[in-house]
Amino acid sequence: MSTPFQIVVCGGIVPDPLQTLEPISGPAGPSLKNEMMLPAVLDPWAGHALYEAANLAKAVPGSKVYLVSLGPKAKLQQVMMTVAQKVAFELVAVDGPASGFTDAHEAAMALAEAIKTIPGLDKSKLLIFGGWESASRGAGATLQIIGEMLGVTDQFQGVDRIQVREDDSFEILERIEGGRHQVSTCAGAPAVLGWATGYLAEPRNDPQVGMANMRTIMPALQKAKAAKVGAEGLKFAKVELPKQQRQTRIVKDMAADEIAKEIAEWIGKN
Amino acid sequence: METILFLAHTEADGTLPKVALEALGAAQELAASIAGSPLVVGLFGGEVKLAADAIAECGAQQILAVAGAEYAQSRYSTDAAAVEMLCRASKATIVIAPATSRCARVISGVSHRINGRVDTHVNSITVTNDTPAATRWFYRQRMVADLERTQRPWLMLIDSGCHAAYEGAPGMANVENVQIVLGEVHKRTNVTGIQAPKSDEQTIRPDADLLFVAGAGWTKKQKDGQAHPKEAETHILGFLKLTQASLGSSKSLVDLSGEGQDVLQFMSHLNQVGQTGSTPRHAKGLSTCCHGEEPHVVGWRFINERRAINLDANCGWARGKADVVYVADAFEVLTKLNALLAEKKLVTA
Ligand SMILES: Cc1cc2nc3c(=O)[nH]c(=O)nc-3n(C[C@H](O)[C@H](O)[C@H](O)COP(=O)(O)OP(=O)(O)OC[C@H]3O[C@@H](n4cnc5c(N)ncnc54)[C@H](O)[C@@H]3O)c2cc1C
Repeated sequence: MSTPFQIVVCGGIVPDPLQTLEPISGPAGPSLKNEMMLPAVLDPWAGHALYEAANLAKAVPGSKVYLVSLGPKAKLQQVMMTVAQKVAFELVAVDGPASGFTDAHEAAMALAEAIKTIPGLDKSKLLIFGGWESASRGAGATLQIIGEMLGVTDQFQGVDRIQVREDDSFEILERIEGGRHQVSTCAGAPAVLGWATGYLAEPRNDPQVGMANMRTIMPALQKAKAAKVGAEGLKFAKVELPKQQRQTRIVKDMAADEIAKEIAEWIGKN
Repeated sequence: METILFLAHTEADGTLPKVALEALGAAQELAASIAGSPLVVGLFGGEVKLAADAIAECGAQQILAVAGAEYAQSRYSTDAAAVEMLCRASKATIVIAPATSRCARVISGVSHRINGRVDTHVNSITVTNDTPAATRWFYRQRMVADLERTQRPWLMLIDSGCHAAYEGAPGMANVENVQIVLGEVHKRTNVTGIQAPKSDEQTIRPDADLLFVAGAGWTKKQKDGQAHPKEAETHILGFLKLTQASLGSSKSLVDLSGEGQDVLQFMSHLNQVGQTGSTPRHAKGLSTCCHGEEPHVVGWRFINERRAINLDANCGWARGKADVVYVADAFEVLTKLNALLAEKKLVTA
């Protein structure tokens, strides 16, 4: 039987992807217009990491899942109402900005410090999970830096699967170019895994799991320490929305052969 | 003045990937735009001589390398050690590397080791009064920013397809090897292989001119009240074979496959484009049976010319996102289109 894991999932919150975003500039750099008003969701890839963590914890009895999240406390609370219903975890909250314009180093530092405060954390059992990139900064930097700060130098990115073996070693599938996976084996914890989507479907909401989680989530939010996370040394010269609008030609009532001909010609043109 | 390190790994055959040559192009240009800035090359991998010779004439002041069997595999511990040493040995203030999965896995970790800062997915670098600025996207390709940093070293990962590739004649490189003492701690992970789709199922082709995106519509009930997944499969695979296009998918379609429904067998979550998928770069894109909501559309950000086929004129693509939307049945159009393409192929063959 495998040794239990302590799985720390780092997951931020991001504006609901269906919302229209607009950048504005302030003295502290760029931010989103009405940022505090925008509904937020758990960062999608981090969400996959959380579900995979819960799945792994179920498969290896005695394992525990922590969700470490940096975001404005009030927003975190809102998002946790939904996330808490998905899988069992203990929340470690850090009160600070969730903006994509903060620097990955500063976010990583705040998260690493929060991880260090988890009571009884045993590095020999530690797996640090998270999304391989976020839906805000999209850098794929935070987890690597957290790993380095905690001295964890077996790292994997774009992970789609972990399979733990009897001897506590595990096999990992990482996405690489051309729709392929690199297969590695790692001797065991500690390791950093930045998740892609994995293979699991999103768990259904379970109000009972939600109630159990909320008992620890509320105190965790109350205890959340404020962290100063900005972007020192970084100057945004310009932030803008791309020119999105295209002059769409809507073609109705054209016969399938004609459309096929037009598309074939279009494909053939350089 | 900056010291610019172009950093890259070699492939299994000892050559440099194309995106590395693009990053070298960007590094060269950067060195030329900031007065008095030397360019240094840093290579790592199993073998580096072939690659070093191929870029021997790029104007680098020095070519450094970490090479050997231990660096043939793409593994965090050894790659990070190699990249760290190359950065230190070069005394680089700016490091330019290609956004391969291998470089992307280590560059940020190394930025912390050398007390630097990192920017990934950089699209372009411009220089004004000797000050470099990088362009990159935020919020999953929904807004673009130009940024400058005062901290050094500044490490940048350049996305593929963003800069012209370096094209110099090969020469005889003078490679200086940087030695690293590896310990057991570096060898806890072993790369055991690559899992690739069978060659006839290979549908992701990053270098293709055309991206073909299939949506959940292919699996929906059609005019006759039935779903036709087998026909959809034939149409899509036929099209891919004829055009060598890369295949993308909407999230909805991938999720359907994940739920074990009888849908397109060759479609995997690796095909998904969009908010939680990829944002590939191709000259053209043809979207079929896709609705094109915002999270889906971000996957098309870097597709230059976009066309769509949808039964519904109110499809999300109809609102200023595609250049042309054909309001038509994709099954019918693809039948004709594949026949036409096959005919053309016969004529040209
Ligand atoms: C947090 C979040 C993240 C998301 N991330 C992503 C992402 O990364 N990528 C992504 O793609 N989506 C993503 N989505 C979902 C996205 O918003 C869309 O819902 C989804 O992409 C739509 O998928 P679809 O077009 O395949 O399916 P549908 O919305 O079902 O559209 C099917 C279309 O097929 C058409 N159709 C049916 N039959 C035919 C026919 N014979 N000929 C022509 N047309 C036909 C229909 O008219 C319809 O428009 C995300 C959503 C959320 C909430």
